[in-house]
Amino acid sequence: MATLEREIRFESDRDPEFAAQIRRMPGCENLNRCIQCATCSGICPLSTYMDMTPRRVIQLARDGFKADVLNCNTIWLCASCYQCQVECPKEIGITDVMYALKCKAIEAGIKPKQAAPQTLYREFYNLGTKNGRISEGALMVNTVIKTQPARFWSLKMLGLRLLRTGRFGWKIERMPQQSVLKAAIQATPPINGKESS
Amino acid sequence: MKYAYYPGCSLKSSGRAYEESFLAVCKILGLEMEELDNWNCCGATSFMSIEQGPAYTCSVRNLALAEKKNMDLVAPCGGCYGVLLKADHYYADYPAVRNSVDKGLAAEGLQYRRQIQIRHPMELLTHDPGLKAIRSLVKRPLKGLRVASYYGCRFLRPVAPFDDMRHPQTMDSLMKTVGARIADYASRGRCCGGALAGSIPKMAQELTYRLIKDAQKAEADVIVTGCPLCQFNLDAFQDEIIASHPDVKPIPVFFFTQLLGLALGAEPEELGIQRLIVPGIKILQEKGILGDKKADEKKVPVAAGAQNG
Amino acid sequence: MVSDNSHNPAEEVRIGFFICHCGVNIASKIDVAEVAKFAETLPGVVVSRDYKYMCSDAGQDLIVEDIKNFRLNRIVVAACSPFLHEKTFRTATQRGGINPFLCHMVNIREHGSWVAEDRVTATEKAKAMAQGGVGRVRRHVALEKRREPVLQSVLVVGGGIAGIQAALTLANAGKHVYLVEREPTIGGHMAQFDKTFPTLDCAACILTPKMSEVGSHPNITLWAYSEVIHSEGYVGNYKVKVRRKARYINEDECTGCMECVEHCSFKTGVVDDEFNVGLVKRKPVYMSFPQAVPKIVVIDPLTCAKLSGGKCEESCIPACDRQALDFTQTERVEEIEVGAIIVATGFKTFDAKRKPYYGYGDFPNVYTSLEIERMVTSSGPTEGEVVCRDGRVPKSVGIVHCVGSRDHQTNRWCSRVCCMASLKLAYLLKEHTGAEIYNFYIDMRTPGKGYEEFYERLLEEGNHFIRGRVAEVTDFAMRPEEENHLIIQVEDTLSGYVRRVPVDMVVLAVGIEPQADASVVRRLFNISCSDEGFFLERHPKLAPVSTATEGVYLAGCCQGPRDIPDTVAQAGAAAAEALALLDPGFVEMEPMTAYVENELCSGCKTCQTMCPYGAISNDAERKIAVINPMLCKGCGTCVASCPSGAIHQNLFDDQELFDEIQEVLAHA
Ligand SMILES: Cc1cc2nc3c(=O)[nH]c(=O)nc-3n(C[C@H](O)[C@H](O)[C@H](O)COP(=O)(O)OP(=O)(O)OC[C@H]3O[C@@H](n4cnc5c(N)ncnc54)[C@H](O)[C@@H]3O)c2cc1C
Ligand code: SF4
Ligand code: SF4
Ligand code: SF4
Ligand code: SF4
Repeated sequence: MATLEREIRFESDRDPEFAAQIRRMPGCENLNRCIQCATCSGICPLSTYMDMTPRRVIQLARDGFKADVLNCNTIWLCASCYQCQVECPKEIGITDVMYALKCKAIEAGIKPKQAAPQTLYREFYNLGTKNGRISEGALMVNTVIKTQPARFWSLKMLGLRLLRTGRFGWKIERMPQQSVLKAAIQATPPINGKESS
Repeated sequence: MKYAYYPGCSLKSSGRAYEESFLAVCKILGLEMEELDNWNCCGATSFMSIEQGPAYTCSVRNLALAEKKNMDLVAPCGGCYGVLLKADHYYADYPAVRNSVDKGLAAEGLQYRRQIQIRHPMELLTHDPGLKAIRSLVKRPLKGLRVASYYGCRFLRPVAPFDDMRHPQTMDSLMKTVGARIADYASRGRCCGGALAGSIPKMAQELTYRLIKDAQKAEADVIVTGCPLCQFNLDAFQDEIIASHPDVKPIPVFFFTQLLGLALGAEPEELGIQRLIVPGIKILQEKGILGDKKADEKKVPVAAGAQNG
Repeated sequence: MVSDNSHNPAEEVRIGFFICHCGVNIASKIDVAEVAKFAETLPGVVVSRDYKYMCSDAGQDLIVEDIKNFRLNRIVVAACSPFLHEKTFRTATQRGGINPFLCHMVNIREHGSWVAEDRVTATEKAKAMAQGGVGRVRRHVALEKRREPVLQSVLVVGGGIAGIQAALTLANAGKHVYLVEREPTIGGHMAQFDKTFPTLDCAACILTPKMSEVGSHPNITLWAYSEVIHSEGYVGNYKVKVRRKARYINEDECTGCMECVEHCSFKTGVVDDEFNVGLVKRKPVYMSFPQAVPKIVVIDPLTCAKLSGGKCEESCIPACDRQALDFTQTERVEEIEVGAIIVATGFKTFDAKRKPYYGYGDFPNVYTSLEIERMVTSSGPTEGEVVCRDGRVPKSVGIVHCVGSRDHQTNRWCSRVCCMASLKLAYLLKEHTGAEIYNFYIDMRTPGKGYEEFYERLLEEGNHFIRGRVAEVTDFAMRPEEENHLIIQVEDTLSGYVRRVPVDMVVLAVGIEPQADASVVRRLFNISCSDEGFFLERHPKLAPVSTATEGVYLAGCCQGPRDIPDTVAQAGAAAAEALALLDPGFVEMEPMTAYVENELCSGCKTCQTMCPYGAISNDAERKIAVINPMLCKGCGTCVASCPSGAIHQNLFDDQELFDEIQEVLAHA
């Protein structure tokens, strides 16, 4: 017999320290000001695809419902267009909150159900920090293979056209001197909203 | 005057035509671009989504390099421009950012004092040579071409240093200056889908569809952009978009520097016009902007002269 | 205003007829020129004109000039509703040199052009109405407005911030004010608050200076612990009886030193302290709070051992070195005469027990907002210490909005101040205890200067706002961490989840409702209540502090829920209205009142029961009805009700009406 599951949130589901960390991330300091007007959800070009609207993410994030906001697809669908952020009547850095939540999800090792956006970001980050520059060819191929293998062949035509027009190459782009960037990254303290940082 | 040219990753591959056309225009207008030595990826939206400390260090490092050369930094890529600009602001506004970045840069003996400006070609061309100077150099006015300027997000949000966030005009003015007609449409600043085009293409294409549809409703012949990602999203996936939305027609998507260069007398090949996925030559010939010599060679029948009346 | 040209009935009737186009309002549907031409043919009409805007200066001048040039002695204006311009044309008539009541208006706009479809029939109707008006006006006689002196004093009922403000404004303008307050001290609800939103300035700091000013103002007679028991009269001349309850204290001697309270044979409080909303007990002899005005103690006869009929060692008496205690005192009734009355009796808060699911009275740690107001006051019963009834200092507090408000089962209205008061209490509770504060609201209503900003401040300070009406406060724990707490279960409509929030303390933001005795007070001053029971203003927009009874004004929450700034503004407005009434020294009364033809009156008293304004009394000696023209509003009810046909009404005489009807029918 299936167990009864309640859609309920207890106070023990809240993690106030988590909310505090988000508020300490750059651009997120006004989080608490939200009046839940939903301008953000209304204007977001992607909210119709999100399992939780940006407004709801803000409400849950500020109250520290960590599990809810780190597992929603909203943060990964956010295209960082900043439309919500500039229209928010309370000047809340909603896009920055989305960024902060993505970082926290990564920090917590969360693999979203819709994995592609996170995979793309990771590929990009790895290439970028390794070589100092992005090799678009490698990025595209890697991401497509990892996330939409079925689409790989249907993109063949586009690939050919890009090759023909010289917009696509197999060459790995690198900074002339990568080591300096690596050193800089290594010497950078994390920005994660934790009080010690 | 010399500028520190920051191409970013895209202008070296998928956005090559942007680099070609931008540098060609600069040459005509006498703007000297010196590519920044050993620049690195700006971080785009990805770094910021993974680890914010390194994200800010990577961005600001480029600014520090330009500052060291005492030159303003020119970033043609919309993504780079937006990310660098934001990093510059947040570096100033958030002690946490400054603290991390300063320590990171110190590893390379760099520091950043916010003494330079971050510039985008759209605004640079409008102000430094100025519209008057550009107008005086027009060789091939874009007469009869109806252009929809697509701005996307990064020149406008989260800060809009040179334009009206909600009704941007800079690109339109440039296009008007070289004789084009303007297709005014509401979604000029809406999101193109950005990186989602690479991860959840269907979703991104729904956004792109709206832009194309809106531009065509305003009777645009072509779209111009100032961002390689926008250009790519609008240009490369039109096949797929039209397959699911037959109400839109193919429409060429240029870098605004390509049309500027053309008007200023540069040849299509110098400007990378042949690199568009949805070919752009034909409409230019139809409008009589490009001579039909080439068209004859390729046996494309045109009646440009007649149409242009 | 007296016309020197009183009409002589024998004189030849010379009528001027004026018809207005009202732009196109009338002229588009009625052929005004034709009506004018028609009117010229009516008997007695000497001159007949049409004009684009009769109410304009030029239009009025037509009347003035024609009266002089044609020696007119009757005027008919066919135009809009008399409600709008009767005064205008009567004034013009008077300027022409004849009695203003010799002018009559015919409404061919509201009753004609605006409701007609066909131009021909509309024009015919206008002609019929014109003929009726001309027929009627012949019978008009010159009338005089009555002037009555206005007494230069004002009664203010209720000594909350509304009454205080109104009293001070009037007193400072040189009028004498009687301020009657039911409780032993003035101050009302505001005196019970610690801070006031949104500025959080200390309530006592801004209120007590005003209270003492009232106490010492030479133009104010302050009667606290008193009630109005009777009122009669009319605008400018009200006679009022005030019952001054016995304090059992000689008011002239008591200095408020509180020695008697100290020495009362009850060593501790014995009955709920009203001022502290029952948070503590008080003794039979008490003072509401240290800054009370008047600063005099009072003995409550119901609990005083001696006064309630028992035995007492009467230790209070020797404690007073001024011998102020007086167990023989009885209540007194004062009779005063005033020109105007301002009713400022305030509100009461919703009784939280009427919502049993909120557990007020069952769970000791459920409080009303008013109780918390007292608790957070540094001079209050706990000296500002926030401790629950069970002794714990709350680590978490849930504030439930809209208790009793916006609810068909209780009060349908929004109480307007409780959202802001809840925010204030959230702020203060957090400041006092550092507790986690949860606000449960339906809508946040923060309209007012600086109010939304205050809300934003609370948001920023990390208070929780959960949008959902609380249905139940329970102690049933679903989880270990909920044990020993009150649990508020609510749907947070914004996060989309049902949430359970365990708290140590629940605060119920009780709504504002009319005083329990509002209907008694209403009858006392002959004013009305709106559906909810708040006193009814004459017009919700244009006469918000006046009532249907001339000379009686409203201020503060007795008229509807409002905050202190609005209350003070309204009190100022009521004072200004009263001043405008008092200052000229007299009132002028419209003459269209009813009068009794004594010979015909049989003294049956039918009319007396019918008059809605209580204007008719019975002359017992002559056995006839007497109408007080100052109270008569000219409604005509008595005229119609009199079985002997003994009552007539100026400007609405039977014969005038019959003539008008006859002429209208004659045209038809
Ligand atoms: C919990 C709570 C907190 C609040 N906090 C604030 C705040 O911070 N800021 C703000 O602006 N507003 C606040 N308000 C609203 C504020 O209380 C009212 O606006 C204000 O008290 C109205 O003043 P009033 O004089 O009309 O009524 P009251 O204060 O009720 O005064 C009426 C007076 O009339 C007396 N009276 C009643 N009947 C009679 C009678 N028949 N004869 C003689 N006397 C009579 C009463 O004893 C009383 O003294 C709050 C309200 C509540 C319930
Ligand atoms: S637009 Fe701003 S205030 Fe409105 S719901 Fe979104 S975050 Fe909140
Ligand atoms: S920034 Fe993200 S959440 Fe905000 S509108 Fe754009 S896509 Fe939506
Ligand atoms: S009655 Fe006497 S003892 Fe009591 S307060 Fe007044 S002066 Fe003091
Ligand atoms: S003011 Fe707020 S708490 Fe009070 S009744 Fe209105 S909505 Fe409810």
